[in-house]
Amino acid sequence: MQNLTLLDGQKFQITIKRLCHQLIENHNDFSDSVILGIQPRGPFLAARIAAELQNILPATKILNGNLDITFFRDDFRRREGPLVPNATKIDFIIEGKKVILVDDVLWTGRTIRSALDAMLAFGRPAKVELLVLVDRRYSRDLPIEPNYIGIQVDSVNSQKVIVNWKEADSEDKVILLSEK
Amino acid sequence: MAEPGQNLSTRHLLGIKDLNENDIRLIFETADTFKDVLNRPIKKVPSLRDVTIANIFFENSTRTRLSFELAQKRLSADVINFAASSSSVSKGETLIDTVNNILAMKVDMIVMRHPYPGAGVFLSRKVNAQIVNAGDGAHEHPTQALLDAFSIREKYGDVAGKKVAIIGDILHSRVALSNILCLHKLGAEVMVCGPTTLIPKYIHTLGVKVEFDLLKALQWCDVANMLRIQLERQDIKYFPSLREYSMLYGLNKQILNSLDKEITIMHPGPVNRGVEITSDVADSKQSIILDQVENGVAIRMAVLYLLAGQKP
Repeated sequence: MQNLTLLDGQKFQITIKRLCHQLIENHNDFSDSVILGIQPRGPFLAARIAAELQNILPATKILNGNLDITFFRDDFRRREGPLVPNATKIDFIIEGKKVILVDDVLWTGRTIRSALDAMLAFGRPAKVELLVLVDRRYSRDLPIEPNYIGIQVDSVNSQKVIVNWKEADSEDKVILLSEK
Repeated sequence: MAEPGQNLSTRHLLGIKDLNENDIRLIFETADTFKDVLNRPIKKVPSLRDVTIANIFFENSTRTRLSFELAQKRLSADVINFAASSSSVSKGETLIDTVNNILAMKVDMIVMRHPYPGAGVFLSRKVNAQIVNAGDGAHEHPTQALLDAFSIREKYGDVAGKKVAIIGDILHSRVALSNILCLHKLGAEVMVCGPTTLIPKYIHTLGVKVEFDLLKALQWCDVANMLRIQLERQDIKYFPSLREYSMLYGLNKQILNSLDKEITIMHPGPVNRGVEITSDVADSKQSIILDQVENGVAIRMAVLYLLAGQKP
């Protein structure tokens, strides 16, 4: 396997800050907006985004939750084993709000399709936007595109994009794994 | 925590004896999430939308059948219901023929209640569908045991180390056997209590304590699981009268108040108020009977979800 580091160190932090400023341009004081991190890895990014926004806008209350999509996936009964669910934590109303769905990597778009379905169990948002740290371009199975992108990567199916988080993996890093 | 892609070690749920501790913990963790789903505005998920389940009940049931049916519908499965009393079984059709006819209609899973012990095991060897045992005679009732243990875990945080007394008609109870096996696998201590005639002779070989005095059992336990007297299974008289049984083994507020601790009261239902338990006890804050009913749907959703997720 060959590793190529796409993002780490200061550039990683700057990317998150840049995403936050882009969000502020469209969501002003976040009074009508909420952030939902898609389990299992989206909540790491969502928490960072929420913390950074709180830092930039100290007087603002940023609503941040976690959304599990396990029961809404389209590959159930098509895999070897059942999918074990993660926790959903949404302590606020999403009805009529602008929802920012957050995930670490956008690849086929199927996860986002499931997330849109799962989210509707909590209400009907006024608008939904998608924020991802890594957009694997040209690999979509579904017509889904992000509104906010950390970095874009051109990759083939055999390659893997891994996002490491300080909270879980001891460092912030985006790696492209390729078979030799 | 359960690992992603973790499977149950069995293709069917025929009894608690077929499950290992990991299976039970996986079912509980999955049920935790389903309980969360059941408290949302939209209580339904699409996981089993391509699965058809037949509920075949050769014995009367209200809450188990409703609980299974609701669990199946909450998972978006297609459901057909079949009661033997109103079917061709009464015309002499065999179990295998009945089930094979149902399977020919492209059914994936069978939830079966049957008056004969081992009916589920027999069926699982003869047909291709996955079988969930919803009670087979006086043998096992695995989903009831799972929801009982799940309710204890919910109340106390863990089942391990808890003292559970199963009180009443142990001899005719499928709930008792499944409960004993499940609670032991999770590390609880179990006692059975009832009249000598309703305690099976060799039950101590299952590793349970045996007590014939209700007060002593209550003083020992953290949780009292009160069982119903199963008059429909009793072909002879096992005790002189219901009144006498109620006086000796009925749980009332007076006995509870005489204890120097607060115990938790459970009952698998249906409750015969005034016989094994008085109304004020059944409705007291110590009783978790309605929590058991609520947890039953989440546990059955978890079992069906985990079984359906296995490749045929």
